[in-house]
Amino acid sequence: MDEIKQELQSSSRATHQDYFGKALSYLCITFVGLLVLSILYFITTRGLATFTENHVSLWKFLIEKNWNPGVLDSHGQPQIGALPMIVTSFSVTVLSALVATPFALGVALFMTEIAPKRGTKVLQPVIELLVGIPSVVYGFIGLSVIVPLIRHTFGGTGFGILAGVVVLFVMVLPTITSLSIDSIKAVPMYYRSASLALGATRWQTIYKVVLRAATPGIMTAIIFGMARAFGEALAVQMVIGNAVLMPHGLLTPSSTLTSQLTTGIGNTTMGTLPNNALWSLALILLLMSLVFNILVRFIGKRGSLKK
Amino acid sequence: MGKIITSEDVHLYYGEKEALHGINLDFTEHEITALIGPSGCGKSTYLRCLNRMNDLIPNVTITGSIKLQDQDIYAPGVDIVKLRKRVGMVFQQPNPFPFSVYENVAYGLRLAGERDKHVLDDRIETSLKQAAIWDEVKDHLYDNALSFSGGQQQRICVARVLAVQPDVVLLDEPTSALDPISSAKIEDTLLNIRHEYTVIIVTHNMQQASRISDRTAFLLNGNLVEYDKTEKMFINPDSEQTSDYLNGKFGQEDLQ
Repeated sequence: MDEIKQELQSSSRATHQDYFGKALSYLCITFVGLLVLSILYFITTRGLATFTENHVSLWKFLIEKNWNPGVLDSHGQPQIGALPMIVTSFSVTVLSALVATPFALGVALFMTEIAPKRGTKVLQPVIELLVGIPSVVYGFIGLSVIVPLIRHTFGGTGFGILAGVVVLFVMVLPTITSLSIDSIKAVPMYYRSASLALGATRWQTIYKVVLRAATPGIMTAIIFGMARAFGEALAVQMVIGNAVLMPHGLLTPSSTLTSQLTTGIGNTTMGTLPNNALWSLALILLLMSLVFNILVRFIGKRGSLKK
Repeated sequence: MGKIITSEDVHLYYGEKEALHGINLDFTEHEITALIGPSGCGKSTYLRCLNRMNDLIPNVTITGSIKLQDQDIYAPGVDIVKLRKRVGMVFQQPNPFPFSVYENVAYGLRLAGERDKHVLDDRIETSLKQAAIWDEVKDHLYDNALSFSGGQQQRICVARVLAVQPDVVLLDEPTSALDPISSAKIEDTLLNIRHEYTVIIVTHNMQQASRISDRTAFLLNGNLVEYDKTEKMFINPDSEQTSDYLNGKFGQEDLQ
């Protein structure tokens, strides 16, 4: 009797290992959590300094069109209007996602519905390759191929939103494609049989049932693509022209939030207004990625409610 | 009553493997015909030949002839889409689309190009009534079909097929995933609709076959063993194999 009691009350080696593993994973989680929190804290305090320390009005920051943080204007006010960059960022993001989505869906449907074997064999490596190419390479191709092409075709310098959209189109295509493939594959086979058995053609089945059932997943894919486009800095910076001007069309040089950050951050001193203003741009980027995240969650939740 | 489907010497191969060894079966209009037999005997495979659902599986070869009225459905030039509108199918697992009940039942009609709201409403109500589900869904027509129970979903699927007004309704073990009460409702539905449709049902449940079918076909290992009026076959089968199967004298292990 006593033996059993003693045996049961002393913890075993396996239990110790269990505690150790648990402690280890909590440690990692804490570390990652702290990391995220400190990033949030750092960017937020820096980003808000423009408004708290330098007393720039948030409203002006969002709607003014002049960006020249180092120089005061005729009224003695700093010129930090971020509107041109906000507009450009959203333009390239939305346009590239709009252009890429039909192509991505086409490729995804080809790989899942039309030629699953051949399509996957040939296109899977292509998509993986597209993901793996560093963004500087995309930017370089954009700079040496796309920009001259636009210049010859439409005139102007060739730099601008259009060039940015073309480069980002190629960059977000694999993201949207592979996530769409996952969501189309997740549509149960029996929906397809049911539709075909009711006298639907394959195409009717695809667009009336498969795409409809996969819509939440496809929306998520598009938002992930947009998040990537919104956050891409280097490739865009190489083709957008980097003039902080309100874009007058797709062909005039402009600047996105990210490209302005990469161009400007090395040329400013920590703690000064020009530097703080750049942090404010970073804060907008952070808030936007938060918005994208929330959107994905929201759509995911609505999608699962439907089932 | 006339024959609506006649099949002669139907062989089916999955690659090299022969799954059906020459089936000759005729189906009479406005009757319920049950296909019974142990698992793997080919009854579902045969059923899926009747609306060419096997075309979806790669590497399947089918020989022999299957005629709907007088038209060979495997003849070149036959429009599969039109064939499947005449020969509808209900599957083993309830598989309503993740849309509203209304949209589910309207699906086939919309495919056929029906846009008139009144016609749609009418047909949907009629079909749901025929499938004995109207009372349960009439106040929830715009709720997602997946929010209903399995038995209700299966009856929605039956209504979805009936809405297209096919000549023949194929059912592939429609009640095997359902509880006895839901199964009984499906059986009632089938008895209701047989005056207007021809029903061919694959079932594992021999009592079900004896309850609802006019004729029964017994398949074993890809062969048709016996085909007769249901009463005759259940009381006095010609073949010893049929008798053994009906009396539960052999199970699956004896077939290997």
